[in-house]
Amino acid sequence: MVDVADGATARMGAPASPATSTLTAGAAVRAGARTAPPGVGGRRGNRASLRKGLEIAFFVTPALALFLFFVVWPIVKAVQFSVYRWKGYGPLVDFVGLRNYVSVLTNEVFTDALVHNLVIVVLSIGIQLPLGLAIALLLNRTMWGQGLLRTVIFVPYVLAEVIAGVVWYQLLQPQYGVIDTMLQAVGLSGPAQGWLGTPDYALLTVVVVLTWKYLGLAVILFLAGLQSVPEELYEAAQIDGATWWQVQRKITIPLLGPTLRTWAFLSMIGSLQLFDMVWILTGGGPANATSTMATFLITEGTKRQNYGIAAAASVVLFVVALVLALGYQYFVLRRDNQDTVVTRKKATK
Amino acid sequence: MMRMKQATSALALGATVALLAAGCGSSAGASGDENTITWWHNSNTGAGKDYYDKVAADFEAANPGVTIEVSAMQHEDMGTKLDAAFQSGDDAQIPDIYMERGGGELADHVEAGLTKDISEASAETIAKLGGSVAGWQVDGQTYALPFSVGVVGFWYNKALFEQAGITAAPTTIDEFDEAVGKLKAAGIDPISVGAGDKWPAAHYWYYTALRECSEDVLTDAVTSLDFSDECFVRAGEDLEAIIATEPFNPGFLSTAAQSGPTSASGLLATRKVAMELAGHWEPGVMQGLTEDEQGLGEDTGWFAFPEFPDQEGAAAAALGGGDAWAVSQGAPDIAVEFANYLLSDEVQTGFAELDMGLPTNPAATGSVADPALVTLLDVRDSAPYVQLYFDTAFGASVGGAMNDAIALMFAGEASPEDVVDATQAAADAEKE
Repeated sequence: MVDVADGATARMGAPASPATSTLTAGAAVRAGARTAPPGVGGRRGNRASLRKGLEIAFFVTPALALFLFFVVWPIVKAVQFSVYRWKGYGPLVDFVGLRNYVSVLTNEVFTDALVHNLVIVVLSIGIQLPLGLAIALLLNRTMWGQGLLRTVIFVPYVLAEVIAGVVWYQLLQPQYGVIDTMLQAVGLSGPAQGWLGTPDYALLTVVVVLTWKYLGLAVILFLAGLQSVPEELYEAAQIDGATWWQVQRKITIPLLGPTLRTWAFLSMIGSLQLFDMVWILTGGGPANATSTMATFLITEGTKRQNYGIAAAASVVLFVVALVLALGYQYFVLRRDNQDTVVTRKKATK
Repeated sequence: MMRMKQATSALALGATVALLAAGCGSSAGASGDENTITWWHNSNTGAGKDYYDKVAADFEAANPGVTIEVSAMQHEDMGTKLDAAFQSGDDAQIPDIYMERGGGELADHVEAGLTKDISEASAETIAKLGGSVAGWQVDGQTYALPFSVGVVGFWYNKALFEQAGITAAPTTIDEFDEAVGKLKAAGIDPISVGAGDKWPAAHYWYYTALRECSEDVLTDAVTSLDFSDECFVRAGEDLEAIIATEPFNPGFLSTAAQSGPTSASGLLATRKVAMELAGHWEPGVMQGLTEDEQGLGEDTGWFAFPEFPDQEGAAAAALGGGDAWAVSQGAPDIAVEFANYLLSDEVQTGFAELDMGLPTNPAATGSVADPALVTLLDVRDSAPYVQLYFDTAFGASVGGAMNDAIALMFAGEASPEDVVDATQAAADAEKE
């Protein structure tokens, strides 16, 4: 399956390249025109390159400053906090080395939370990928009410996470909630402790809500990806007598590959950092059944004032996310990136 | 054209930098002025807010030149802002007078040098308040003046008890179990508990510990953080026995304490359950959760946590806690005077008349009008000792671990020993 996809992408790369090549070539010409004059005289060239450097510095500085201030600096501070025992006020004096990391990594609540994160990663992709793809393929066919259906499926994603969380929290209330009332009306009954109150069901319930919330994003991305599949291929397949299924399997899905892989990447990072929905639905409970790394670090930090442990947990979360992200980039997304490199080489030839 | 663009960008960059600088440098409003007092409180609605505004105005009038900047905030907001202000360590951002819950939390603040020792400056007021200030003392020094101290007990719906055929409020655990049985037989969910928020569940363990352990053991544990006494395990066993009778509302593991009609307080207020273990705030919370703003109204009843056979704790001992006015380290001297004024007979009487809490100044206790609060005042003042909520007493770190373990017990995932072990482990980490 994967191989097929590869072959298709590689083959598709060729007809797609003319469009890209004109663009890149155009850009190259413009860039060349800009850089050509310096060849004439050394001094003028130095001045020009200095000027260009200044220009770059000038335009990059604000973004860089913001990045340093709001991304790099907090990370540095988090690492610093993580080697101290600190209650949130007073000076940092109680240096404990790596003890906070030991306490985080040996804490069953944290390792469970990590497992919950990974379960959510797998389930999100495992459920939303086939479901989203199926819906996207359906909505891609011309039919009555297509626009309306596309909007409807996307609405949950547009809702603020907190609002969606509160609504689901109320729907899922045991006994008096809408869902339990509906079940009772048809003679069934939900779990006695409620969907969110039973440790065995709570995580799955959260996954269901997450699926409802994020399926729309998957569908809209897949639909966008489908628009870029050239119409001629379908025509060619039809002329060859391919069935609808064959067309989807051999043409649509392989060509959707880059979109699917990018979406899976976003979904994975989102699942690892999951916080708000869980916090509103269960607060990480019952009995830590739905805790995630983010809820763990909030509980330790703001509730228990173990800021050192919370910082260590946040560093671990950062490393886990970074390793998974880089691994995914390297093993999965690389082939998408390679494609573009190949096209560019062709264009410069 | 190019120039102009650059100029605009420079402007934009300048603006960004200015914004950043402003973001870093803006202060919450407190100034280092010797005659300005910043005061944060949480009576942010209705009569309570008006009353505190008037109190501030009166003090200003009596002390010409003094300005009081009052900030009335919602309770959780205040907590968050206070933590942030303390983290900044900047006297200009830390309020001069703030609310302090005592116990380990206060000890942490004192250790970090954030709270002023007012033992001498407020000696007169401290003497008047008597034993109430104990929860706000560290190493014999007083750091805050409690203005409202309440006790925890069972609030119940008299009508539902009657409907289930319960004639008298239970006093022992056997009577309590019997009452639970009768309520269940009558098809009424006996108790609501907001175990989702953990601390409401933890209050059960606190109370069984208060019953099982002698005063000496508890007082000792608060300072030594040693939980090896057998009574702590017995407390867990008693609680397990209560949980085993399945008295709680369906879904109690995810029930919130007091937000919305499906919270533990909401269920009691809307007559879905017969009782709930809660503090003196409960009638007020229930009023806020019912449409007619009456809560349970006439049907509101209160009884103390039941007693256990062979218990070592005093029968009338109560679990409770409250709020105190503390003065921050960087506050001007006049702020201490204002704190004393807040505890004066006059201010406390007005506080009592508005039923804003359970006043600590004996001169004001007679002015409380609400019958439920009057009952609690009697209980509090006749108790041989009032044990501060353990999570507050032990501080956030140990208290949090303790509450988590107790919540696990409610889910059937922790044994009595587990609760003690988890608490001890957190306490040992603290001692290192």
